[in-house]
Amino acid sequence: MPDIGNVLLEIRGLSRSFPGVKALDAVDFTLRRGEIHALMGENGAGKSTLIKVLTGVHKKNSGSIKLEGKGFEASSPMDAASKGISTVYQEINLLPNLSVAENIFIGRQPMKGFNIDWKAINMNAKKALVKLNLEIDVTLPLSSFSTAIQQMVAIARVIDIRAKILILDEPTSSLDMAECENLFKTMNRLKEEGMGIIFITHFLDQVYETSDRITVLRNGQFIGEYKTAELPRFRLISKMLGKELEQEMVSPGNTQGDTPARKEPFMTLNNVEKKGVLFPFDLEICEGEVVGLAGLLGSGRTEVAKLLFGINRPTGGTMEIDKRPVAVNSPRNAISHSIAFCPEDRKTEGIIPDLTVRENIVLPLQSCRGFFRGISRKEQEKITDHYIELLKIKVSNREQKAGTLSGGNQQKVILARWMAMNPRLLILDEPTRGIDVGAKAEIEKLIFRLREEGRSILFISSELEEIVHTCSRVAILKDRKKVGEISGENISEEKIMTTLAQEGTGERL
Amino acid sequence: MNIVKKKTSLLNFGLSELSIIYPLLAFIAILLFNLVFTEGFFHIEIKNGHLFGSLIDIFNRGAPVILITIGMTLVYATGGVDLSVGAIIAISGALAAQMIRPDYVKGILEYGDQTSLIMVLLVPLALSIILGLWNGFLVAYIGVQPIIATLILMTVGRGIAQLITHGQIIVFEHQPFQFIGSGFFLGLPFPVIMVILLFALTWALTRKTTLGLFIEASGANPLASRYMGIPVRVITTLTYGFSGFCAGLAGLIITADIKAADANNAGIFMELDAIAAVIIGGTINGGRFSMAGAIIGALIIQSLTTTIITRGVPPQVVLVFKAVIIIMVALIQSKKLRDQLSLILHSGDRPS
Repeated sequence: MPDIGNVLLEIRGLSRSFPGVKALDAVDFTLRRGEIHALMGENGAGKSTLIKVLTGVHKKNSGSIKLEGKGFEASSPMDAASKGISTVYQEINLLPNLSVAENIFIGRQPMKGFNIDWKAINMNAKKALVKLNLEIDVTLPLSSFSTAIQQMVAIARVIDIRAKILILDEPTSSLDMAECENLFKTMNRLKEEGMGIIFITHFLDQVYETSDRITVLRNGQFIGEYKTAELPRFRLISKMLGKELEQEMVSPGNTQGDTPARKEPFMTLNNVEKKGVLFPFDLEICEGEVVGLAGLLGSGRTEVAKLLFGINRPTGGTMEIDKRPVAVNSPRNAISHSIAFCPEDRKTEGIIPDLTVRENIVLPLQSCRGFFRGISRKEQEKITDHYIELLKIKVSNREQKAGTLSGGNQQKVILARWMAMNPRLLILDEPTRGIDVGAKAEIEKLIFRLREEGRSILFISSELEEIVHTCSRVAILKDRKKVGEISGENISEEKIMTTLAQEGTGERL
Repeated sequence: MNIVKKKTSLLNFGLSELSIIYPLLAFIAILLFNLVFTEGFFHIEIKNGHLFGSLIDIFNRGAPVILITIGMTLVYATGGVDLSVGAIIAISGALAAQMIRPDYVKGILEYGDQTSLIMVLLVPLALSIILGLWNGFLVAYIGVQPIIATLILMTVGRGIAQLITHGQIIVFEHQPFQFIGSGFFLGLPFPVIMVILLFALTWALTRKTTLGLFIEASGANPLASRYMGIPVRVITTLTYGFSGFCAGLAGLIITADIKAADANNAGIFMELDAIAAVIIGGTINGGRFSMAGAIIGALIIQSLTTTIITRGVPPQVVLVFKAVIIIMVALIQSKKLRDQLSLILHSGDRPS
């Protein structure tokens, strides 16, 4: 194929704002023919917004997009596909009840007069899949195949449209190792045919295995474009997280995070695992201790939290509370063991937007007491007012709907809800995501206060600075596996990043 | 200050802020219409110490629908719906009649010993509760969509009722039982007394304990509720069980009133009236519920029916009026429509 290496897609100064957020701020991106280009960044970096603007889901505010030197604007993903930019999303959006062949050809069925030419459909579908080293019965419904094969069908569909650019958004999160290899082979072949591939993943090993170039985004800003071979892992992580390591980092010091003497363990996990989700995992959380879970997105942090809180049940290993073996098998059960959980996804798992602030705060306390021993309205108001004042929750009144509060205040309502329970272990999953600096500082102060009261806290955050600042021990996770634990003086952003950057074993679940 | 606030949220008023203002206004409008056009509509007279009149009649005729509306409201608040109440009405009535006259289906017209009233009430009600709990089990534990889960019993239920009556209409005489349908207590028809009692009981159960809040939380965000230790599945199952109980009660009233069990027609399409009443009353599918609003909704439907019939319009037309009212309420409840309207009214820029 000629023209390999020529610029295929050129994005300059692309900006897109949403109310209150600048999701993309003058981002540049260049894709060449015959190149696999990894788009990297943590949650909220702007990766998906960039893809959505490119494929016509969102409109751009300013900036230019050029495809093969000509101005490009898509009105919808369909339009983008017809102009040569095809996307395979993380969630497979095909039709599970239709056959594999129908899925590949729906919307552009070959016709024979007024009838669909089924023979042609099935034959061509077979051909398209053979290209991907996949030989299956294309007349069976899609749902009868594994997620991995469905993913390949999704890819076969877009390849068949003869795309110039293929966007793969986290295509490997549901694939096993052999299936990944197969996908990478396909990607390499397409690349040799001159296609440009944009590859989004949070598995660093895969980025280094496949990609030629890397573009890093952070907080909606363009950080830089690098040749993969010239960017060590360590530098990549520091760019994604926004920490320049060359300059000696002046850590605020974890003087506050030090535990003077080893305290009694509250909860101990021995080899706790969940098949397909988390490798065997050890962890000890002591009273009056803040334990951090550090790792990139998708490393298994939230999964650990969900096992501890009984949302998911482990398939192996043992848990102990106060040195006695327990089985935490439901959130209700976890709460009875005095464990509380502030989930990562505030909207769907935390707040009940239609209920009032007061109701949102007293609900766990109520559910603990049962139906008939209700808390009097007066008592409820007292509790609510207490926490509104303590956490400085900005509300017009306590009967305001929780859904109308800002993100930070919703987070505080969830914190208040659990503080009212006086839990012995508080699990905080990304408690500071998407909230302003002031609220962050207040939450941090609160964590210290709870620690002084002898409570345990499991603190999960993508922001290393926070982890270093607040935790006295940090477990480091990578690819759903605990890869290290550091404590006390040893905790530094640099140490965490070095551990994360170590060559992966390539082991996959 | 209040006036300004009301102006800006006029379109959302009464729905997002859950208020029974709209249904109440509609009900008053229907009453006013009758005040002007229907002679003697508000006339209530006392005969033999019993109250009679169109108004009392609305309550009395509407009692079965109001009863199942009470159960439906709670189911609706958990984010579900119960289509099977009409069928449960038929089953409960069929069972009561069969117990009163066990040999009727064999062609024997003698009654034998009179079945005790307690049994005639308890057995059908117990079965109704079990059927309701079955619905709840399918929804909460198996994960069947509520509309499908209850559709099963809606279809099969009439068959069960037919089996109980052997496909016949069982007519009977049973003085104590008939009292439930046509007796008077404290001057009021007994069905009206039952409505008042059940309403008071449900209100106390949901608003004087924390059950109501748990139902609303479970419906509004099941996942978050589970994470807060609320037994979402148990609560959902219980609401369906309660809905079954209400339907069983309605079935007894209807059967006692007509002194016959008609497995084919008892309570037919009544589930749709109840759902309409709940929606008119402003209960959110999965969230806040308003028991008072739902009951006013049921009264609107019943008074509409009574009005049309007393004015000599063919009863078939009643369905058309009901449809119009439901369409109107559905339109007001549509957030999309309200957003569109406010967009037209205040043509501001809206982020996508």
